[in-house]
Amino acid sequence: MPLASVLTTNLAILVLAGFIGFVVISKVPNTLHTPLMSGTNAIHGIVLLGGLVLLGLAGLNAFSKALLVIAVAFGTINIVGGFLVTDRMLEMFKSRPKPKDEPTAGVAEEHKGEGQ
Amino acid sequence: MSAAPIATTFLQSQSFIYVLYIVAFALFIQGLRGLAGPTTAVRGNRTAAVGMAIAVVATLLQRSEGNWGLIALGVALGTAVGVPAARQVKMTAMPQMVALFNGVGGGAVALISWVEFRHYGSSYGGHTYRVVSPFGPAGGLVHTVTYGAVPTYVAIFSVFAAIVGSISFWGSNIAFGKLQEVIPGRPITLGAGQQAVNLVLLVLALAAGVDLIAGAHSQLLFIGMLVVAALLGNAVVLPIGGADMPVVISMLNAFTGLSAAATGVALDNPALIVAGMIVGASGSILTNLMAVAMNRSIPAIVAGGFGGGGAVAGAEGAGEHAGTVRATSAADAAIQLAYANRVMIVPGYGMAVAQAQHAVRELTKELEKRGVEIGYAIHPVAGRMPGHMNVLLAEADVPYDQLEEMEEANQEFARTDVSLVIGANDVTNPAAKNTPSSPIYGMPILEVNESRSVIVIKRSMNPGFAGIENELYYEPETSMLFGDAKSAVSEITAELAQL
Repeated sequence: MPLASVLTTNLAILVLAGFIGFVVISKVPNTLHTPLMSGTNAIHGIVLLGGLVLLGLAGLNAFSKALLVIAVAFGTINIVGGFLVTDRMLEMFKSRPKPKDEPTAGVAEEHKGEGQ
Repeated sequence: MSAAPIATTFLQSQSFIYVLYIVAFALFIQGLRGLAGPTTAVRGNRTAAVGMAIAVVATLLQRSEGNWGLIALGVALGTAVGVPAARQVKMTAMPQMVALFNGVGGGAVALISWVEFRHYGSSYGGHTYRVVSPFGPAGGLVHTVTYGAVPTYVAIFSVFAAIVGSISFWGSNIAFGKLQEVIPGRPITLGAGQQAVNLVLLVLALAAGVDLIAGAHSQLLFIGMLVVAALLGNAVVLPIGGADMPVVISMLNAFTGLSAAATGVALDNPALIVAGMIVGASGSILTNLMAVAMNRSIPAIVAGGFGGGGAVAGAEGAGEHAGTVRATSAADAAIQLAYANRVMIVPGYGMAVAQAQHAVRELTKELEKRGVEIGYAIHPVAGRMPGHMNVLLAEADVPYDQLEEMEEANQEFARTDVSLVIGANDVTNPAAKNTPSSPIYGMPILEVNESRSVIVIKRSMNPGFAGIENELYYEPETSMLFGDAKSAVSEITAELAQL
């Protein structure tokens, strides 16, 4: 592909993706702000791919490799940690089974024990 | 490779990898849509995670060179740190955990840009290497002799990613430090010179970047640029008060997204561009929504949070209130609550820190047995992040229909007999309505002072996270129950059982 078209194609993708981001998150209840922030946070862990691609280059010296290993580790933390934490947060919002009184009291007791 | 040449060629063909990327985008977008709704959020998050897995697999398929061991090492390190951190973090520490995860993302971007520069800009064995389109005819690598062969736009995007990534990394670490209270939550500023210093740092970083784009061969200059951007990240976030930290984290989240998108343009990788830009855009909107919920403007926050003015106004406030504070006991509080018709619980970060949500749930169950009507008044920014309090109360099995958002709650206070404020401070401060000179003037608050009486559970008279005196404590209908939120609430429950 000629250079200009590589750039313009990528810019087009950039702009369109920006609009999608705006449209998808136009109205969100306050309650979900935290999980949503955490979820989008996990998605930008996609930078991991940059580390993976660059580790495929020939002619990397030891220092560059070290930098990239750190970058890959950082990206992995971002992805794995981000999705797991979001999942844990959202689990809390799941509707609970109907027969409420008995089991919930038990759970509360357990947690109380943990805290101390 | 030679064993199955056809299959290998197909799996590594750019079209196939592109298709996988497109599937990943679709899953990201679908996942985000899910995350925006309460019933679909869990599935949305998992959908996005599947998209991520597909994008990673596609990228690994496309690679032709080795270094598999190093990749495994990096992924293993990241997993070893990320999984336990995410599993074990307490729900109360969630905001700082998100800040940390965001920070490492920014750090990864900065490091990637550095390696790009080393291989775009520094000559290596008489050649300068650059990445061309991974889908291009050369299969990912082209040898060129001069730096000029790297298109200027690649250098521009790479430098942008380096600066923003470094700002995001350091800014997020400071945000983490403030929320974890490793660093004081109060604004730390250089005073009047702060803006000028920030501006100088920004100009220095940009100047270094322009010089590099113009063809400077100095790696030292690149490192200098990263360092200046790091200083800028520190200088921007340190002066921001703890109360504004959620907005800052959200903003840095958007920054990291944008820097990832820039890395994508530099590397000609559409997956990075799309995912990064979606986060950049949605993160910006989310930042704005949060700022609106707190009645703060983003420029005002970035220009120094509650600024130097906060401390001054706080000090003045302390002087004015030589008024008396009425202390109460758990037994008195229990009696007051037991004979109320309607009790409103006003939880804040103090409740979260003390892990008191379960104790609070026990107390309200006891009160409900006595026919007391219970509500929870949730300020949009109670806790340290919007929605944080809902997460904590949901964890303690508080029925969703008892949670009242600020507008509803404010209509209820007038017919509330007792408001029990547990570790909430700034969000109940009437100064936000009555005192134009207060730094939090104009912030929407829970109008707790409208209720017939108020019991505040608090450790001491120390001002809250924003560092401002709370007028509520000096009102005649307010009584203070000093102590740790959890033990104080448990004591009330115990006293209640004996009534």
